[in-house]
Amino acid sequence: MSTPEEKQTEPDMLEVSIHRGGDGKPSTIQLYHVPRQDNQTVLDIVSHIQHYIDPTLSYRFACRVGMCGSCAMMVNNEPRWTCRTHIDRVVENNKIEIAPLRNLPVVKDLVPDLDPFFDKWTKAEARHHPSATRHQPMHLQSPDTPERKRADANIECINCAVCYAACDTVTKQPDYLGPAALQRAWTLLNDAKDADKQAIWKAVSGSDGCHNCHSIGSCAHYCPNELNPMVAIAGLKQQTIRQAFSLTSLLEKFETK
Amino acid sequence: MIDKRIYIWQRLSALVMIPLVIGHLAVMIYAIKGGLSVAEILGRTQDSIVWLLFYGSFVLAVSVHAALGLGVISAEWLSLKPRMAAYLSLAIGLVLLAMGSHAIWAVTFATP
Amino acid sequence: MIQEYSAKQTTQQQHTHALKRGQPLKFAFILHRLSGLLLALFLPAHFWVLSLVISDTDRLTLFLEVTQLPIVKLAETILVSLLAVHFFGGLRLMAFESFSWPSHQKTTAAAALSMAIFIAMLFFLRTI
Repeated sequence: MSTPEEKQTEPDMLEVSIHRGGDGKPSTIQLYHVPRQDNQTVLDIVSHIQHYIDPTLSYRFACRVGMCGSCAMMVNNEPRWTCRTHIDRVVENNKIEIAPLRNLPVVKDLVPDLDPFFDKWTKAEARHHPSATRHQPMHLQSPDTPERKRADANIECINCAVCYAACDTVTKQPDYLGPAALQRAWTLLNDAKDADKQAIWKAVSGSDGCHNCHSIGSCAHYCPNELNPMVAIAGLKQQTIRQAFSLTSLLEKFETK
Repeated sequence: MIDKRIYIWQRLSALVMIPLVIGHLAVMIYAIKGGLSVAEILGRTQDSIVWLLFYGSFVLAVSVHAALGLGVISAEWLSLKPRMAAYLSLAIGLVLLAMGSHAIWAVTFATP
Repeated sequence: MIQEYSAKQTTQQQHTHALKRGQPLKFAFILHRLSGLLLALFLPAHFWVLSLVISDTDRLTLFLEVTQLPIVKLAETILVSLLAVHFFGGLRLMAFESFSWPSHQKTTAAAALSMAIFIAMLFFLRTI
């Protein structure tokens, strides 16, 4: 029986439910008890469990200072960078639930397989198409042009897949390219140096592309870099509208082949 | 599931319906006072080319719009394959067009 | 201390929790989709009733008398509300997609809903 003084110094215990599984095993939830600290992030909790309680827990992290995006997980059903989530913001009644990122296959425990995410990047033609070689004079691009400003507004993506996990349209349509890939495609469409914008537009306006977006905006709501893929996707939709109603494309329909 | 064509037709039919919905809401708000009777409806619509064009274009646009919308919902919420959803859209569109055209013909040309 | 029990939520159920954090745009999407769905389901009935003017006028007269009942007036108001919600929500969506002004989407969503309620109330006060 602890004295009142001893009781005061005992830390609160957090009840941490962690989704485990993958690697061929069925999905389960395991409950751990972790001492609560004053300055503690969700990543600290996961690390504590792996260090002191259960070394079989698998999870991903790298920089632990909010720069790399590797530690992204579902915290109480919301995708977040766990190293930048102070527990005061997410813990209720000393309870917290941690799961791997939604919309992705699970490798093991809290480690998602990001291959589908990167595959869609490729499918969206979200890569730069060179227009010159090193032997040509450098193309001078001003950061002040409207095009460049549009690209710069969405360029800071570090592929953490939080937006992808947040997107309900990805959940309902597994082939949907997703906010990150479409956002990058948008920045390239606005890149004066990209040589094949038609290829990009074709890739993003197909049946798995930008037109599936319902502008719900979970991507923008959860992006830790405060980017707005929803606006980028709206920009892509406008390309379709322009192409559909432009005089040249209308005339093309009447051209004899 | 939604490609360029579905997207454009959905937005186009919506665009066409903007003045039509405004008109329909206005008529309903104006006409509903004191209840509605057959004579009142027909008094407005019978042999009227204006109403025929108005509600005719409405039926056309809404058949496209509702059909495409229901197709998308069936693909997303009922997990229908895109092909099946397309057939469903076509069927719904044709049914709405048929029923709507019949209704318009009835209130414009039929004598009770 | 480790306790184990089977995962009680599939990934599909997880997404509904996003609503609890108050995402107005998600609410706007649900409103738009449900109003469209209900309107689409109502349309065939609407067309059929109008066709009755030639096939069965007495039935139509009976129908129109029935429309005086309070419960029917309420149903009519709901239908007008659905149309108004879908219309103004759709206007907001098309404006956002065509002109992509990035900020204030929550404000415009609220404005769209307010306009819809205004129109619905106009109809309601005329019909009762």
